[in-house]
Amino acid sequence: MAEALRQVDRELVENTRTFAFTTKLEKIVAWGRKNSLWPLPYGTACCGIEMMSVMGPRYDLARFGAEVVRFSPRQADMMIVAGTITEKMAPVILRIYQQMLEPKYVISMGACASSGGFYRAYHVLQGVDKVVPVDVYVPGCPPTPEAVLDGVMRLQRMIEDGSPRPWKESWEPGVYR
Amino acid sequence: MKGDALESIRSDLKAQFPTVNFDYTKQNGADIVHIPKEYVVLVLKHLKHSGKFDFLMSVAGADYPERAKRFDVVYELFSTRTSERLRVKTQVAENEEVPTVIHLWRGADWLERETWDMYGIKFAGHPNLRRFLVHHQFKGFPLRKDYPADQQQHCTESLPVHFDVDPTYVQPADKDLVPLNIGPSHPATHGTLRVMVQLDGERVHRATVEMGYLHRCFEKMAETHPYNQVIPYTDRLNYCSAPMNNVGYCKAVEKLLGVEVPPKAQAIRVVLCELSRIIDHLVCIGANAVDLGALTGFFHLFTYREKVYSLFEQLCGARLTVSLTRVGGMASNPPDDWYKNVMQFVKEMRVGVDELDMLLTENKIWIQRTRDVGKISGQEAIEWGYTGPCLRAAGIGLDLRKSSPYYMYNQLDFDVPVGTTGDVYDRYLVRVAEMRESLKIIEQVCKNIPEGDFTIRDRNIVLPDKKEVYGNIEGLMNHFMLVIKGLRPPVGEIYDSTEAANGELGFYLVSDNSARPYRLKARAPCFSIYQSFSHQITGGLLADVISILGSMNVIAGELER
Repeated sequence: MAEALRQVDRELVENTRTFAFTTKLEKIVAWGRKNSLWPLPYGTACCGIEMMSVMGPRYDLARFGAEVVRFSPRQADMMIVAGTITEKMAPVILRIYQQMLEPKYVISMGACASSGGFYRAYHVLQGVDKVVPVDVYVPGCPPTPEAVLDGVMRLQRMIEDGSPRPWKESWEPGVYR
Repeated sequence: MKGDALESIRSDLKAQFPTVNFDYTKQNGADIVHIPKEYVVLVLKHLKHSGKFDFLMSVAGADYPERAKRFDVVYELFSTRTSERLRVKTQVAENEEVPTVIHLWRGADWLERETWDMYGIKFAGHPNLRRFLVHHQFKGFPLRKDYPADQQQHCTESLPVHFDVDPTYVQPADKDLVPLNIGPSHPATHGTLRVMVQLDGERVHRATVEMGYLHRCFEKMAETHPYNQVIPYTDRLNYCSAPMNNVGYCKAVEKLLGVEVPPKAQAIRVVLCELSRIIDHLVCIGANAVDLGALTGFFHLFTYREKVYSLFEQLCGARLTVSLTRVGGMASNPPDDWYKNVMQFVKEMRVGVDELDMLLTENKIWIQRTRDVGKISGQEAIEWGYTGPCLRAAGIGLDLRKSSPYYMYNQLDFDVPVGTTGDVYDRYLVRVAEMRESLKIIEQVCKNIPEGDFTIRDRNIVLPDKKEVYGNIEGLMNHFMLVIKGLRPPVGEIYDSTEAANGELGFYLVSDNSARPYRLKARAPCFSIYQSFSHQITGGLLADVISILGSMNVIAGELER
């Protein structure tokens, strides 16, 4: 009797291996997250046009599971800041970021969003990281779509590995950095 | 002929105002009248009502701190009938006021407001001298020479929904009005526009737009950079058609220098401009359709945009912000097979335009959402300062490429498409027809590209070839001198314009013989068009707001500079 039961048990384990595998919970969650990033395209300027190319037919961000573009921050988890952020825009982008639900990520696309770019000027915020925590900076003015795809893949790797994000942990809303 | 024009204005104004002596000058081919500020309204009114100059192109300020009356206010007038231009200048001291000309041209509203915002020049009688391009917590006037270019001031909050001051407005007592904020982060406002409306049911009762979310200080940056380094900044004005801005700016500087670029450079510039016009219209139509729910067209049209990007990439390695021109010509010769590739693109794009035509022109939903929406008459459009496809859709066939041709446009065979009602549908039709005309132009030019050099070889303007720099002492010296001393146009000023994808793109440039522009004002076509927006949507349905906004092709980089 006991032998028969053990036999059934063994068969069950064998069978299960054909359609399932075991992993850690956080691993499987990270796998799901990284492959279903919903971008919020915060396109303000030239980079916004190049971001359209990223979404467009030739480069197609959909291949990375990130084609569900959401303009509502409540439905998005990856904000792509594409374009110059002015001083006037700073409170707006902060609010949008706060409205996004956790977990949330920010990609700063292009020189302006990353550092103000070549606009060292009286009305341009010198980098969006002054108001929101940025996970990936993509250089370029504007970056090529390949560079943006690389940025997204880098973020995917960060999510997969569960890399620590000290810039986010120490972030406080409304404090200029 | 031109000299006569100034003479006739002089005798005309003399007859009209016999007691005062205005100062008449001619500079770089432009007629300028200097008048005391008390006469601004009288003179402009006379010039407008006598039918001479019916169009107010731009109002620019300029700051000369060492002068007793430190500011210049520069009115750029234009005649839609004869295409003649006149610059009217007046001087004001720091605490003096200039009378407003809103009642003469409605389009003067934003032009004056911007001048106030940048220089603090008060326009007496203007109801809305509030912060415009800079945020509401900003202190000081950034374009004054004593304001440091890199002194930022942080903004901590956004303004709640508010409306422009309108002395004639009376709040209706019996209506239940709902305020609604659209933007700046809204899919249909393209990232940076904010529209505030009051709704009466589905209808817009009152509307105001707020500006400044993409004010990147182009004009201040231009004042702090050498002439050739301004070119990358111009890329980012209308970033949907960057080469056109390069060409417009370089053409203005070249005119101030008094040089003409060689035929080959002209031909390349024309090809670049027309390619840009096509891709600009593609984005405009595509985005307009997306906002109304037609995503397919947009994605499909982007295929063609990518093709043009590839052509640009062949020239310079960049796709979007190309900085292709230099003062004096082009940066380099195109690769050998480039023209062939352009011709190939023309062939493909013909099919593309036909497809676009099939997709939208007779599409029932498209027609219902766009026909009779945002109608405007030609006269009204001129009052606001419309140029480009939006003006032509309203029935006025004004195109600088025809009316005051530059480069080789007068030798080319093309038509200027014109609409009738000025509604969104007509604007679309005009843009589609213009794309076909642009293809025609590109084909004609590419078939006979002139021989010769791609740039002038004036050693005070253009850097010598690298081969010269490393090969002989003279080349090395020229290179050194031009880099150290900089490109220095003679003292003077100029207003020069080109027909960009959105309309007249003008640059008012003042040089003090230093290596940097003393003042560079960009006259952005969509600035004047967009200021009629709140007026156009008032009384209409909320859904039409989106339709009209898309058809104006508002590019924030150019709008707010």
